[in-house]
Amino acid sequence: MSDNQTIMEVNNLKMYFPITRGVFKRTVGWTQAVDDVSFRIKKGETLGLVGESGCGKTTLGRAILQLHKPTAGTVKFEGEELTTLPRRDLRERTSRMQIIFQDPFSSLNPRMTVGAIVREPLVIHGVANGEERRRVVEELLERVGLNAQFANRFPHEFSGGQRQRIGIARALALNPTFIVADEPITSLDVSIQAQIVNLMEDLQDELGLTYLFITHDLSMVRHICDRVAVMYLGKIVELSGVEALYNNAMHPYTQSLLSAIPVPDPVVEETRQRIILEGDVPSPANPPAGCNFCTRCPKVMERCFHAEPELKELAPDHSVACFVAEESWQKASMQKEV
Amino acid sequence: MTVDTQSQVQVAAEAGAEDVLKRPSYGYWRDAWRRLLRNKVATIAGLYIVLITLAAIFAPIVTPYDRDAPDFGNTREGPTIEHPFGTDPLGRDVFTRVIFGGRVSLGVAFVGSLTSMLIGLTYGAIAGYLGGWVDDLMMRFVDLMYGFPTLLFIILMMLVIPPNSSPALIMVGLFIALGVVSWLGTARLVRGQFLSIREQDFVTAARALGAKPARLITRYLLPNSIGPIVVALTLSIPSLILTESTLSFIGLGVKAPIPSWGVMLSEGWRGMQSDPHLAIFPALAITITMLAFNFFGDGLRDALDPTMRGRD
Repeated sequence: MSDNQTIMEVNNLKMYFPITRGVFKRTVGWTQAVDDVSFRIKKGETLGLVGESGCGKTTLGRAILQLHKPTAGTVKFEGEELTTLPRRDLRERTSRMQIIFQDPFSSLNPRMTVGAIVREPLVIHGVANGEERRRVVEELLERVGLNAQFANRFPHEFSGGQRQRIGIARALALNPTFIVADEPITSLDVSIQAQIVNLMEDLQDELGLTYLFITHDLSMVRHICDRVAVMYLGKIVELSGVEALYNNAMHPYTQSLLSAIPVPDPVVEETRQRIILEGDVPSPANPPAGCNFCTRCPKVMERCFHAEPELKELAPDHSVACFVAEESWQKASMQKEV
Repeated sequence: MTVDTQSQVQVAAEAGAEDVLKRPSYGYWRDAWRRLLRNKVATIAGLYIVLITLAAIFAPIVTPYDRDAPDFGNTREGPTIEHPFGTDPLGRDVFTRVIFGGRVSLGVAFVGSLTSMLIGLTYGAIAGYLGGWVDDLMMRFVDLMYGFPTLLFIILMMLVIPPNSSPALIMVGLFIALGVVSWLGTARLVRGQFLSIREQDFVTAARALGAKPARLITRYLLPNSIGPIVVALTLSIPSLILTESTLSFIGLGVKAPIPSWGVMLSEGWRGMQSDPHLAIFPALAITITMLAFNFFGDGLRDALDPTMRGRD
């Protein structure tokens, strides 16, 4: 099914973490952080991955990069299956896919100079040497908008935004094609957020990068992403082009998320209808029997408690995993036929 | 190396006037060395440690007197020009004996802490890096060893060595006994450090870049856990000196006529009222050396932490 337009293809990916108890570490259960997730990312696009804290966004991003060994499923990157690759070959592949972290204060080794941090990928993969390496590092620093003379300084001498730029320079060092951006702007000031997002967009244009942009900032998603995947409790509940999602969200969870975005117009803001969800997210160690969202869904039906909805493409490039959405779609298409 | 670094610092200072951004390129260790030299107390403490170690090694050259030969014409003298630390009841020069005593005390301290460091670091690093059931198993063994009374363990070990064997053998026995029990704390410390740093994003970043375990440990985990390790090491040296004194005092350490600071202190203590110099000088040797190690350790910890740059 993979064509040369697809850079990343994830099928039925599961990432379960064992819950152990007692002296002998008996496994008493599994935290289903990512449960049966499938999607594709096209070359050069930005796929947004949104969802609330603890829904498995970060785990999914790391499982794709093989930083966690997935429990089941396949991850195909540039046509090559990663989950079965031996470790040594994996290291070669990883140079083409990189990660940008949420917290710029813990993502840089405090005992290394900035130059050494950015040089590290080159050293590990034996790219260039001596003078050549120094030049590459300077280029990278300048590319992300830092003064190349900062190379001899240590990370603690920089601000959050500058540190995030250093992290981006490190991720770019090996000319990757695919970058997982794990909430890259969440811990930054709003004014700095725009700078970093603009930098990432510029880099995408210049270098033809593909991003998996993990975030919970829905207005930022609309700005930077081409498509969006909404996650809830380890599953993707809706996957669609960004405009289709914002104009015609089909999953009740997505609808409630979108209703929470403040509108920068006091008149509209006053009349904004919020869909407030009841209760808490169930534990990923013990998800509900039917649809994962059935405990909180405002439109829940009898069927939702027993069967699990699958992700179905209800409109072109717009998939939803929801019985309610499915039924209303069926009704609509029947009316069309009549 | 020192001269080289200083000249570079000078170059940097001159360049700094025109271009504040530019700083000479230092590796991590060069930078640490530079910061250590800037800390005066630590430098002086370090110099003292080097000096007293050299004096102990070259003891026969440093002092004109024989360590054991009695001189009954000059017993129990106070400090004089000829005998700066005075003489003991057998007329032996106290300064000479303090210097020679340093061989045992410092030797035990260095070798003991070195073995404890080597075993503890390796053991803790393996447990902390691998984690999981390996870590569990390894740490339960440490717990088991911890439960065993240290002094009793050392006494049992020392009993294996026949009491009339050569001084060298007894020294080796001491080293082994102290080394074997003192690595436990180091192992726990290193393991704890590794476990917490292992989960940090910059280690994940290195793994995403394909760094091998050896590189992860030497470039990421170890440099970031070195602070507490160095402090523990320098604090363990004084406690090793004291343990050696204790053992020698109860007759399990080195035996007369070989002096160690602990032995000299325990002997001198009895004549404290008539000849205070017999106890004061070995006590001073222990105290000053312990202080020096503490100051040096503090300085080293700060020097190894780049975030301390520019702070005093």
